[in-house]
Parts: sequence; C-alpha cells; structure tokens
Amino acid sequence: MKDQTNINDPASGREPGLKPIFISQPDTCSTDSEVCCGPPAGPPSSPFEKPGYKILGFVDRFIQTPAGPIPKVKTRTGLSDRIGTIMVRLGIGRNEYKIAPGLYCIGNADSTSLVMVTANYKLSFDTLRNHLDAQDAWILVLDTRGINVWCAAGKGTFSTEEVVQQIRQTQLDKVVTHRNLILPQLSATGVSATRVKKESGFSVIWGPVRASDIRHFMEKGMKADKIKRLVTFSFMERLVLVPVELSLVIKPAFWIFLAALILSGIGPGIFSISSSLSRGFIAVTAFIFGILAGAVAVPLLLPWIPFRAFSIKGALAGVMAGLGVALFFMDDIQIIAIMGLLLMTTAVSSYLAMNFTGATPFTSPSGVEKEMRKAIPLQGLAILTGITAWVIAAFKQ
Amino acid sequence: MEKFRYLSNVSTLALDSEACTGCGMCEMVCPHGVFEIEDRKANILDRDGCMECGACANNCPVNAIRVTPGVGCAAYIIQTWLKGAGLKITSKAQCC
Repeated sequence: MKDQTNINDPASGREPGLKPIFISQPDTCSTDSEVCCGPPAGPPSSPFEKPGYKILGFVDRFIQTPAGPIPKVKTRTGLSDRIGTIMVRLGIGRNEYKIAPGLYCIGNADSTSLVMVTANYKLSFDTLRNHLDAQDAWILVLDTRGINVWCAAGKGTFSTEEVVQQIRQTQLDKVVTHRNLILPQLSATGVSATRVKKESGFSVIWGPVRASDIRHFMEKGMKADKIKRLVTFSFMERLVLVPVELSLVIKPAFWIFLAALILSGIGPGIFSISSSLSRGFIAVTAFIFGILAGAVAVPLLLPWIPFRAFSIKGALAGVMAGLGVALFFMDDIQIIAIMGLLLMTTAVSSYLAMNFTGATPFTSPSGVEKEMRKAIPLQGLAILTGITAWVIAAFKQ
Repeated sequence: MEKFRYLSNVSTLALDSEACTGCGMCEMVCPHGVFEIEDRKANILDRDGCMECGACANNCPVNAIRVTPGVGCAAYIIQTWLKGAGLKITSKAQCC
C-alpha cells in the first residue's frame, strides 16, 4: 500500500516540478449524435478515487509531487463546512470532526512554498485554509485525534514527535526544497522547536496565535507583532463556547431533574405524585436557572462579575438566579423551601462556573486547584443543606 | 490580556537567570506576555499573568525555565484527585 502511489505515479523520480493534474477524458455518452436512455451520463470517475475511499468536497483537485499526488484544497469554505462548524459549536459530533492527517496544498504550491502545520480538527483546518485565500502554501495536518491546536498541544497529541512523524510519513523533504515550517504559536506547549530541528532538519517559525493574522504575518516577513502573540477572550470568543458548555451538562442534568422530582414528592404522606410534580416543577426550574447562571451568564459576563475566583463569580450569579426563581414562586413555597432553592442554584452555578476555567485561555491549573480545594466542600455542603431544607419544607406545609 | 486576571501568587513558573542565554524564545511563545528580554536575560515581567501552559519551558533551549503545566478544568482536576486517592475511574474520561 505504501508504495502504490509511486507505481502509478508518472512523476515519481522526476524533479520537483509540481504540475497540476487535470482530468480530461472524453465523455462517452454526452455527444449529441449518440442516443442515450434517460439523462446524459455524468463525468467519469476521477483517477484519484479508490475503492472504499471518498474524495471530500473541500478538495479541488490533485497535484503531482515527487511524494505522490497531493490534494489541493479550496480556500473558501462551503455550505457543508459551515453546517459542520455549527454542529460542533453545538457540541454535536465534536469528537469525530476530523480530517485525515497528511499533506495538503492550496493555490499553486511549489517546492519553494511555505509549509503551515495545523491540527486535524476540521474546524482548525477550515479556519486556516479560509485565511489563506490567494496564497500558495502546503498544509501539513497532524494527527491530533481531532482536537484543536492548543488543547492538542496541552494533551500531547500536537507534539514534537507527531510533527517529526508527519514530516517523515509525507516525505515533506522531497516536496519542498527549503527546510522551514510555520507552526501556530499556541502549539509551543506541545512542540519544542529545538527538538524538531534536531530530529527532522526542519526549522520551526512560530506563527501568530490566530489564523486570521497569518496573512499579515507573511506580509511582515514572518514576524508577529507583540499583540498578535497574545491570546484574547472577547465576548464573541466566549459566546461561541456557551452551547458546548450547555451540551456537556444535558446528560447529568437529566438525572438531577429526575432526583429533584423524586425528592419533591417526599412528604407527610410518604410520597405524593401531585406534590412531586408541583414542587418538582419548582425545583427543576431552580436547577435550570442555576445551570443558566453558571454556564451562560458567567461566561458571557465574565469581566464584569466581581472577584477572580470562578466559583465565587458562579455563586454570585447563582444567588441572583435563585432569587429570581424564589420571587416568582414566592406565594407557593415557604421561607425554608426558598432557602433550599437558593442554596441549590448557588451550588450548581458555582460548580459550573468553576468548570468553565477549563475553557478559558488565562486560568492556571494551580489557581484552579487552589480555588477548588476551598469551593468543592462548600458546594457539596450547600447542595446537601439545600436538599434537606427542601425536603423538610414539605413536612411543614 | 490586562482585562482578565486570575488568582495571584499561584503560578509554579520559575526562571534560572544564571542558565538563561537571552535567546528570546520564551518571550516569543508566551501567549500572555509574561517575559521580556532585558540586558540579554529573560525577565519575568508578569508572573500572575502566567497560566502554566508550559510553552516557555518546553522551548527553552537551555532548560532555564520550570513550570508545572496542566489542564485547568475542574472535572480534570477532580479526576486527578480521585486517581491520587486510589480510586479507579471507570467513566469515559470526562476531560475538558
């Protein structure tokens, strides 16, 4: 399998003269003189199609290189790419949104064109090619297991070893005559430039943090301004994270709602279905507001909520949300039940806000651990006291 | 990123100025502008801006930087606690 491309490859052994391949075979059944049944037949299959493989929509055509045919990809993302982006932003199929690792190219890449390295999370790949419009470049896609650049660098899949491995596997040294790679700056967490140079002969040039700055970076002669080396966390950058945060709580929330319904039914008559539904509705509402406070309000209002610890930001948002729910249901429940609800929304919101630290680009694990040591016992205590108060309230009615 | 500040005095970042050659790699890879090069030596300009991503230590050619890198999400840290307590984690890694 490994050498198959070379057997069929007319350019193998030739000098690196990367000529694009155009498919121009005569259509057998589309000339006017021939009589065909049904609509005329479409174009013949591409010679690059192989049994069991599918040529993806973002591939424009293939170009021949000394290392075999390389897919040339479109720099404009299409409708299906955009639908894919929306789906993963909603948390649907996010873990499987990946493309095959290896070498791709854009524009009229030749042996002197730049090599950009990225992750095989399709959203990372799409973002990069989208910002390389009208450029000629190679894109070396690493097998980061479908994880974005920074997270993959942190998890060790965007690593020195993987860069070296892909350089070897794609025979990059045969495709380009220079020995430079442009890596996204955030991959520095996983990639050591010194070791890549030592193990592959390729020098690492640290590109900007954001793909949107890549063109500016190239125009400036491969130098990123100080500002382009810093991460940001704007309102929009936080907003796109919210649906995924919510999608992650849906499953545990289902069990919590079930538990809330059961606990709400407990009362003087051991268990009452009507009270399970009526009080349960209030408890579930309180939980939903706790979730919205911690997973939506805190991320969006992050810079404006006082205190640095996320658990405290979450607790504040949770108290506000709990008060709102309590005000709404004030006539239906007693003060002790209100206390119970407040404690529960506060704890839920505080925990979710604290967990959001994993999605921010500025919280240190030492800091998160420090606040967790204090916050988790308090959150647990608040939940237990809240549940107790909620159940006791049923006996006081 | 002056606008966002996390807890102070928690970062494990340490710089060995003796070993530093002032190559500037740390300054280049740091996403929070923690370092600056002054008189051919790296200097920690903003320790509390450090999020312990480990990019600087990973790219220091003379190993002059030490930091304990990690993933800063609560679910992950709870897992490490459970693991440290000798509990086996059976659920599919709830990683961030």
